[in-house]
Amino acid sequence: MSRLWKFLFFLLVARGIVFLIGWRIHHRYRLPRSGPAILVANHNSHLDTLILMSLFPLSQVHHLRPVADQHYFLEQNRCLAWFSRQVLDIIPVPRHRSEGAGDRNSDSAYCGHRAFLKNCEAALHQNQIVIFYPEGTRGQPEALTPFNSGVAHLAKHHPQVPLIPIFLQGLGKVLPKGEFLLVPFLCQIVIGNPLYWSGNKPDFLKELTDQIQALSREADIPIWE
Amino acid sequence: MLSERIAAALANPVVVVLGGIYGLLVVATLVIYRWVNASSPADQAELQDRIKSWWVMVTLFSLAVLLHRSVAIICFGLLSFMALKEYLSLIPTRRVDRQLLLWAYLAILLQYLWVGMGWYGMFLIFIPIYVFLFLPMRMVLMGETQGFLNAIGTLHWGLMLTVYAISHLSYLLMLPRTGNPVTGGAGLLVYLVVLTEGNDIAQYITGKLWGQHQILPKISPSKTRAGLGGGIVITTGLSVALAPWLTPFTLLPTLGMGLLLSLMGFIGDVTISALKRDLGIKDSGTLIPGHGGILDRIDSLTYTAPLFFHITVYCYYRGQLL
Repeated sequence: MSRLWKFLFFLLVARGIVFLIGWRIHHRYRLPRSGPAILVANHNSHLDTLILMSLFPLSQVHHLRPVADQHYFLEQNRCLAWFSRQVLDIIPVPRHRSEGAGDRNSDSAYCGHRAFLKNCEAALHQNQIVIFYPEGTRGQPEALTPFNSGVAHLAKHHPQVPLIPIFLQGLGKVLPKGEFLLVPFLCQIVIGNPLYWSGNKPDFLKELTDQIQALSREADIPIWE
Repeated sequence: MLSERIAAALANPVVVVLGGIYGLLVVATLVIYRWVNASSPADQAELQDRIKSWWVMVTLFSLAVLLHRSVAIICFGLLSFMALKEYLSLIPTRRVDRQLLLWAYLAILLQYLWVGMGWYGMFLIFIPIYVFLFLPMRMVLMGETQGFLNAIGTLHWGLMLTVYAISHLSYLLMLPRTGNPVTGGAGLLVYLVVLTEGNDIAQYITGKLWGQHQILPKISPSKTRAGLGGGIVITTGLSVALAPWLTPFTLLPTLGMGLLLSLMGFIGDVTISALKRDLGIKDSGTLIPGHGGILDRIDSLTYTAPLFFHITVYCYYRGQLL
């Protein structure tokens, strides 16, 4: 059933939004044909997930699993929860997985985090493609914030799974955080070469950040102030 | 019954000319795939992309012109929408103006509504008067003066180019038959678009073959004297060949129109080139393989469409529209 909703949504709604916005894709051939894979992108807008999922053919859409904040998407609003589960088919991630010891102190947060890693593992074992935003939140429109280490955890547990870095430009202008009116702008999607776990967390995060920043230099970014 | 309809269609010069364009496309495709050897495989691929895109664009244009007037008006509205969106995505904009841009998009809808209604006076003044006065007012009410002049200037120039100028193409279809009894507005539209795009192609080919002396090296390195001259000769020739079929023009106006469209197409082209140069980009987009973006394709039309429209109306429809 979930597959049907997903299919209909991406056939009817997502295509319309993609037409309205319009995109420009750099290096489309670097997208994985099939899972398991982890797409790692910067995060500026709710539209990021919709656009990333629309990059794949409709027959692939049920293999895509965006990672999304459990509290925001599942625990606030019933409609949003239904949409998140049935249409987007998210992998919920508990809040406050912040750096260092903060989450270790709280048992429930630690359990939630383990459940999340398990869900990711299950998804990757079923050859699904996990979409991950290492900035954690959408933040200031069109600005890159430091990555948190969750993505390094995931990569460490799955050293054989490719991570595809992706830079998204423009969607923070189309629909920034806290706005309801969608204003059409062309967006750019720059897809990078796959990365694999390098064996060291800080180095890996730095490599990933550098990669996404390098991709951002391939896009033409007009001033927006 | 069917044969009668085919005979009726073939009696329509617009259908014959569009058929001729398809004939030229077939020849060009054969030439590109069989005989042309570009200097590099990338150039060859670009040439092939270009001709494939022409097949798509000619087909969309033919369907829009032949199906129904309202279909064509909606298609030109979509063209304006895509062009304005491309423009606004390329230029620097202000965060504070994000929602204001929705009003600029709304102006497209209204402008093409006036076209569809045949409200000539409103079509003429809506963007140069009402939108021109409204957008700065709305911008001032936001209370941000930093960058105000840049923001309003770039926005209005973009609207004039991508919406006002392009909407003249669609208003040709609303002209009464009196000024052009055989083919009406559709004939004028096909004449204008074929000549403008033909001029682009003629300039490109003659420039590639014989071009040596650049005209505006600071703006566009590919614009040469030979290209401009070749464009003028071929476009004027094409104008003489097509005018008796599609337009009410006699020989002298036909020659004048060919020359005007050729020169003004060139100016439209280099105006958009100057914009791209200023922004530091090569193409305005990647939507049309081999050509670039929408603005790269409609650049010449932004000059030729309004000029052709107003000169034709002045000479052949005076006193018939307002």
